[in-house]
Amino acid sequence: MAKYLLIESRDPFDSNDVANFYEMASGLIREGNEVTLFLVQNGVLPARRSGASPPLTSLTRRGAEVLADDFSLRERGITEDRLAEGIQPSALDIVVDHLANGSKVIWH
Amino acid sequence: MSDKKTITFALMDPPYENARSTTALRLINIAAQRGYNVNVFAYEGAVGLPFTKQSPHPNAVHGHDADEEDHPLPHVWIEAIAASAEAAGGKLDWINCGLCVDERGVHEALDFVRRGSPADLWQWAESSDNTLVIPTK
Repeated sequence: MAKYLLIESRDPFDSNDVANFYEMASGLIREGNEVTLFLVQNGVLPARRSGASPPLTSLTRRGAEVLADDFSLRERGITEDRLAEGIQPSALDIVVDHLANGSKVIWH
Repeated sequence: MSDKKTITFALMDPPYENARSTTALRLINIAAQRGYNVNVFAYEGAVGLPFTKQSPHPNAVHGHDADEEDHPLPHVWIEAIAASAEAAGGKLDWINCGLCVDERGVHEALDFVRRGSPADLWQWAESSDNTLVIPTK
């Protein structure tokens, strides 16, 4: 089992390939890997409860950890109480933690 | 393996165009403040990040002079990150893709910035604890 940190910087309203990245996260979980999906920049927009957030909540129910960069959330006026089920705010430091600990880190 | 980590970042975006550059520098700063050895390979437009001829300017629309505008200069941020790395017992090593520099004419870079090629990125990726590539869109 490998540890993966997938970093999504794009939002699904602007980039259709975001769904492919979520699907890759789902596939990695299905294969028995430990997956964290970290949302940053406009990637945090679907973290709000909205029509775009169910795929993220679904990932958390399958075992993924879904985190949203707290700085990106503040920039966009998204408060913690508006986050969809299962999504937690996080400092960017988590990315460096994963890099230092040898996770496979992929930026999209 | 020692506790001192070595992390390599590959950047491709130019300054002033995308949030990826800001996020990349935030990440590099975090690693530097931990005392890690941080390698940065700047490719394509990212070679403009440590370009020292970036300069502050006034903003007539805002009615600000240059000091009031306090326009951010990435080369100043990078110099500060290098100082943070050194203070924490680590090092920031930065290589600009030489051909990318020539194409853009951004030869005036911070003193510690070296000229190299993608082969340097390969060597760094081989010798680092981990590598993060932040591709342009």
